[in-house]
Amino acid sequence: MTPDPAGVRAEGQRLLAAFVAAGAQPVEADILQPAEVLLDLYGEDIRARAYVTQDPLRGEMMLRPDFTVPVVQAHMQGGAEPARYAYLGEVFRKQESRKSERASEYLQAGFELFDRERPAEADAEVFALFARLLAPLRLRAATGDIGILRAAVQGLPTSAARKAALLRHLWRPHRFRALLERYAGRVPVSPERATLLELLARGERPVSDAPHIGLRSVAEIDARLQLLAEDAATPPVAAGLVDDLEALVSIAAKAPAALQELRAHARVLPWIVESVTGFARRLEALEARGIDVADLDFEASYGRTTLEYYDGFVFGFVAEARPDLPPVATGGRYDALTAVLGQGRSIPAVGGVIRPALVAALKGAG
Amino acid sequence: MRLKIGVPSKGRLMEQCFDWFASRGVPMRRTGDTREYSGEINGVEGADLVLLSAGEVPRELAAGRLHLGVTGSDLVREQLADWSAQVVELAPMGFGHADLVVAVPAAWVDVDTLDDLDAVAAGFRGGHGFRLRIATKYHRLVRDYLRRHGVADYQLVDSQGATEGTIRNLTAEAVADITSTGATLRANHLKVLAAPPVLQSQATLFAARSADWSGCRPVLERLLSRLGLPGDPSL
Repeated sequence: MTPDPAGVRAEGQRLLAAFVAAGAQPVEADILQPAEVLLDLYGEDIRARAYVTQDPLRGEMMLRPDFTVPVVQAHMQGGAEPARYAYLGEVFRKQESRKSERASEYLQAGFELFDRERPAEADAEVFALFARLLAPLRLRAATGDIGILRAAVQGLPTSAARKAALLRHLWRPHRFRALLERYAGRVPVSPERATLLELLARGERPVSDAPHIGLRSVAEIDARLQLLAEDAATPPVAAGLVDDLEALVSIAAKAPAALQELRAHARVLPWIVESVTGFARRLEALEARGIDVADLDFEASYGRTTLEYYDGFVFGFVAEARPDLPPVATGGRYDALTAVLGQGRSIPAVGGVIRPALVAALKGAG
Repeated sequence: MRLKIGVPSKGRLMEQCFDWFASRGVPMRRTGDTREYSGEINGVEGADLVLLSAGEVPRELAAGRLHLGVTGSDLVREQLADWSAQVVELAPMGFGHADLVVAVPAAWVDVDTLDDLDAVAAGFRGGHGFRLRIATKYHRLVRDYLRRHGVADYQLVDSQGATEGTIRNLTAEAVADITSTGATLRANHLKVLAAPPVLQSQATLFAARSADWSGCRPVLERLLSRLGLPGDPSL
């Protein structure tokens, strides 16, 4: 059942008006965005999802896959602080499967909040606003916190190189776990790699009879060999820590129970205490805004397989009776993204989007 | 309605394809001048032979302009989104074998696996300010494969031929290409990563789901029985 386009746009206008009433300034964004910025942020995978086209003067461009990047860019070029922005417009995502009836072009209504002072308050403001607007649809809200996972990795007693590799793959749970297992010394080293490491341990360099070709220099190869030798000499991460981290990653409970579990983990991984305190403060802020936190779902890995710019609080609203539909709304905190786009400057930011077509469809069905 | 079957129009692939059909009692041959792409099929009433480039077969099947077609499974999986929703694999034909593999300079003594490639990609981006380039013409297959294996910080650059030369020419740092013996890769001082191939491809007989099958079913059944294939494919 597809709601009529006029009805969807009206729904979008209603959401935009609600965002503006909540203090947001409406903003516009170009539909054609420079591909390079988006590719550098999201990696090559975005090509499978975004429409790429060629501009004779500006090079490779993409039909905007979301508004976050242009809104952040606009803010970084001279927005006031704190700032609230709202937008309504089409986004474009390629769909690969014929069976799924997911739209490749759809309206998105969004709200973004840039606030340096009170992160827990800002998280709660955005979530409570979305919860209020979506309340009539009786959706299930799921929340997570990428910040706790990041803190858990950053405090591990191991080399900076290993922590950087784990953080880089936080968004690829399979690869993340494989790395953890390797750093715990639980994965056997292949015979080829063992031979290489023995050679390096003797201070020798493996040689190839092939000539050196390509842009990656001999110095870069030597530097990586050095890293491999250093990594081989790095003691394994204690099994207890890795087990605890893996258990932390799979927490799924109502928020109060999740908080208890997180506090228990903080006794084994004391470096997460601050982020767990932040989580508790956010729950208080949510409660103060009328959210029933006792009934709020928390999954430690929520948001880990979607776009990789979220680095703190994450949330989504789904229609449980319609598993065929994508989430009606999603959002989260993306402090690091503003640093990447801000060329040296950054500002804590949190926001989210609602799909008016899904709101209209669910209203029609209800 | 006559059943249209598309086969590669030239070279070894065409010959092996003709042999495959002939040995099953369905002889095919080119007709007319050697430069003219026309042919005929015997042994089954109601079928027409269409000679075309193997690279065009997937598109023609997807559009339903061919009922059946012979091409490499690599081409179907690369060119057609959600390929199994568009075509049915009737029979792998046992020739035209080739592996799609990822290869890097043999001089990269620090790289054996996809894990290594991923780590090198991270370092390369830090040092050079752009993502490590992998030259290929199999964008969809390679991207899906690298995502499945958790490789990040790379970019695919298009190469429609002489892909093995891109590294020496400094337009890519690694390649993903089809190889049967690996000789061309070795001659260009490249080595294949110790990893499962992206795809093991061979010539395959496909049927188009979207073709107009009305009136063609009896011909299809006769042809399949002649070829010794199970009847009633779920089209």
